[in-house]
Amino acid sequence: MDYRSLLTDLTKHTAVSGHEREMSLFIKQLFGKYCDSVEIDRFYNVAGIKKGCGDNRKKIMVTAHIDEIGLMVKSIDDEGFIKFSNVGGIDSKILLAQEVIIHGKKDLTGIIGAKPPHLLKPEEAKKSVKIEDLSIDTGMGGKKVKEYVSIGDVITFKSGLFTLQNDKVGSKSLDNRSSVAALFETMSHLSSVKHKDDLYFVATVQEEVRLAGAIISAYNIEPDIAVVIDACHGDIPDAPKEETYGLGKGPAIGLGPNLSRRLTNRIIDVAKEYNIPHQIDVEPGNTGTEAWATQVSRAGIPTVLVSIPVRYMHTAIETAHLGDIKNTGRLVAKFIELLAETEVN
Amino acid sequence: MLKELTELNGVSGNEDEVRKYIKAAVEKYADEVKVDSIGNLIVYKKGKSPRHKVMLCAHMDEVGFMVTGHAENGFIKFKPVGGVDERILPGKRVVIGDRKIPGIIGCKPIHLQEREERGNIIKLKSMYIDIGAEKKEEAERLAPLGEYIAFYSEYTEIGEGCVKAKALDDRVGCAILTEALKGDYEFDLYACFTVQEEVGLRGAEVAAYAVNPDLALVVEGTTCSDVPGVEKYDYSTVLGGGAALTIMDRTSYAAKNLVRYIYNLALKNNIKVQFKQTTTGGNDAGKIQRTRSGVKVASISVPCRYIHSPVSLMSKRDYESCRDITLLVLNQFNKNQNIIQAIMNGGEVDV
Amino acid sequence: MFDLIKKLSGSFGVSGNEEEIREVIRSEIQGKVDKIEVDALGNLIGVKKGKGKKIMVAAHMDEIGVMATYIDEKGFIRFSNIGWVSPYYALAQKVRFKNGTVGSVFYEEKLEDMKDLKLSKMYIDIGAKSREEAEKRVRIGDVACFVGEAVMQDGGNIVSKALDDRSGCAVLVKAIESLAGTENEVYFVFTVQEELGLRGARTSAYRINPDIAIALDVTSTGDTPESMPMEVKCGKGPAIKIKDSSIICHPEVRRLMEDCAKKLCIPYQLEVLERGGSDPGAIHITAGGIPSGAISIPCRYVHSPVETVNINDLEDAVKLLNECIRDFH
Repeated sequence: MDYRSLLTDLTKHTAVSGHEREMSLFIKQLFGKYCDSVEIDRFYNVAGIKKGCGDNRKKIMVTAHIDEIGLMVKSIDDEGFIKFSNVGGIDSKILLAQEVIIHGKKDLTGIIGAKPPHLLKPEEAKKSVKIEDLSIDTGMGGKKVKEYVSIGDVITFKSGLFTLQNDKVGSKSLDNRSSVAALFETMSHLSSVKHKDDLYFVATVQEEVRLAGAIISAYNIEPDIAVVIDACHGDIPDAPKEETYGLGKGPAIGLGPNLSRRLTNRIIDVAKEYNIPHQIDVEPGNTGTEAWATQVSRAGIPTVLVSIPVRYMHTAIETAHLGDIKNTGRLVAKFIELLAETEVN
Repeated sequence: MLKELTELNGVSGNEDEVRKYIKAAVEKYADEVKVDSIGNLIVYKKGKSPRHKVMLCAHMDEVGFMVTGHAENGFIKFKPVGGVDERILPGKRVVIGDRKIPGIIGCKPIHLQEREERGNIIKLKSMYIDIGAEKKEEAERLAPLGEYIAFYSEYTEIGEGCVKAKALDDRVGCAILTEALKGDYEFDLYACFTVQEEVGLRGAEVAAYAVNPDLALVVEGTTCSDVPGVEKYDYSTVLGGGAALTIMDRTSYAAKNLVRYIYNLALKNNIKVQFKQTTTGGNDAGKIQRTRSGVKVASISVPCRYIHSPVSLMSKRDYESCRDITLLVLNQFNKNQNIIQAIMNGGEVDV
Repeated sequence: MFDLIKKLSGSFGVSGNEEEIREVIRSEIQGKVDKIEVDALGNLIGVKKGKGKKIMVAAHMDEIGVMATYIDEKGFIRFSNIGWVSPYYALAQKVRFKNGTVGSVFYEEKLEDMKDLKLSKMYIDIGAKSREEAEKRVRIGDVACFVGEAVMQDGGNIVSKALDDRSGCAVLVKAIESLAGTENEVYFVFTVQEELGLRGARTSAYRINPDIAIALDVTSTGDTPESMPMEVKCGKGPAIKIKDSSIICHPEVRRLMEDCAKKLCIPYQLEVLERGGSDPGAIHITAGGIPSGAISIPCRYVHSPVETVNINDLEDAVKLLNECIRDFH
């Protein structure tokens, strides 16, 4: 599979939380290649269904969220400067000198500038800037901007995928498009295998704001098992070793109260048995992923979490290793294939 | 029973030991015993002529830690599971995993601390557990990544009718629920021994959805801060003041008519009872109240000083008050199921 | 409209203690809906039956307040907050307990720096001389609301406590009175415990399981000196909620509202609220997902005893709501 090309397509489409419609249509098309049927629900979650061939078929749901963090137009002044709010968690420090795209009636390029350093008061210079003090410069006057842009329009970082050394790539929203790519890889593996159970591959919405897509999908599908694919923090020099995972060292398997121990041990065994590189991600509480929602849906769903290491998460340019995407896809596929009848409770 | 229960280890996410013990203790009183997908132990007693479903709830889990890393010389890094006050950790004994590997949370002797260090607290990030291992591989073998770690603390009777133990929150509730299961009832009783309360009331959310009760009583261990240095209005509960009834906390607003009923019943029967006087904290009632179309809930708690530490302290008489009022309420429901309906309807109910 | 607001906002209904306001609202809607129910948590539901789509319209009955937690020997009362209560807004205010007892809120004068002001350093004075005397009027667990009788200013602004969300409740009551010409089944839900975490909305939505939900609540404005930047202004029309901290409103619900507003030439604004959640936040993720949105009433000084809304915004909100109900299919 050409991950680079798939990721380029996935990151090209924008899907700020709550505004995933366009992306959903693209995903539906993508899933159509391997699934028996693809449905989009009222909230734009996309579910690709692959029927199994066993008796006593159980339902296995695999999710990867398609939404990304972004910004939203809050107000437009007479000079055409746009004040904005954040959608999902964003560190305002990364916004200075950033290029963005405002998705109004048409896409406009904007620049989040910075006050020139020689005009800063000494106290200002030391502190990090606050989001309410920033504005987007569109290079147009207020009247013209208002023709295309209104309050509530979403804004994304301008960034195209590019390659780094050693099979790594850089782009916006690798959280969570890398997981969507891995999901697709899982789907493609399982398409050539006779799997027992019914599989529901769900590209979910609004994870970055309320896990809304996962809550809604899990409730409606009522699976017997949930596998969540998300991103985790990649290794960087200035973060503690216990909280980050090596790029290229394989997917990180979540371990802790939020996840089913039985299933987690099983997926670790599968990784070891099939020599799939992997890491262990110890999570003593809320994993901050859709697993937190699926585990307590209705009367509970045993959940497993597999995460792809992504550096510089929630900034304009994140990086990931293509090998990790491949291995994540393989691992989840193998896990599902080998799930014995007894294990699906 | 409380001695055995508190000495078992059941950190949130790893309640197996506690669940096994309770299951064995209650099986003979139950019509059906089930373990659900998250690990809750749901014990069902079919009513003799049931018109209502009553849910009792106590959580099996306790706060603790998990292994997150190993240092070259065999020391172990860890993170808390549930809310733990970092300040109490230095110098405490712990037990790792099912093999119960003993360890201590190491603490730099004061002689070796810099002058400035002495005045500061040690952050958990810089703490480590020493199991006596000398190399990283040894530590990894004996305490692998993700292994659960519990406090070590022996159940001891001290002072005048007091008990020191770890996990009084909420093994006291588990013990009381077990007592309750010995009775026979007209209504359907679901005694839910939940998991993972300490990391977000997780088990209760799932149990409440599945059981879908008419009414729920949560039996808990709660904060008791009547100690020197605390303003009287921050005590929350008072040791020896009796079973504590919650009016409101961060997660739930107890059903007023149910709380008043319990309070009046206690007064009428000379059972010592007090109101929890702070509105902080939360428990399983929070999730139960919000389940499906909503459930009327009340919490009855045993006051515990130094809660969430290896040396929590309770008064045996408070425990007995809590047990007595819980059993009495169930008894009243038993004599007349209309009381349950009346509470559900929202009106005041006389005792 | 003003008389209704005065009646509703003057009623007692601190979260978890909504009995009085519930009865006041019930008497307002009695006979104007086909069925009235009260559920397990205390939500008041008025149903207008119909064969079409199921619509849930929600406004919360509860208001923020305080709860007595401790009474000292001299009869002064310590308290805790119910919902988000700012110590600065509460300072030097009058509060009224359910039984009518009025108290003054003040702080420990020895406080060195006002920046350190918190509720735990404040107390209520009900004029009692001892604990015994105080306990005759107030017991631990009793709740009090702030005092702030509704007043109309020239120009159409109404100032009162609890406009969050009695103004929403008023809009619902007026909508019930004037709604006509729809086959849709409408559930008007006056929810409880919104200020404690959107609790009533969640459980009532689960039970009703509507096709769409529209909430009526207040939102902040950006039209006062040195206010946090926000486009919504008092008197410029009801605001259509795009997002707040608990929900990104469903685009179809938003579109319905905008289309209806344009059709009836009702002035409207768009709301992007950065801090603060509302009932639709709980509703939209309940029972398998319910497309939700909100018509918001611009309100200055939210969570203070001098909340301020404009009467024209309220009247327009009623028109807009009813048009949305009629138009939804």
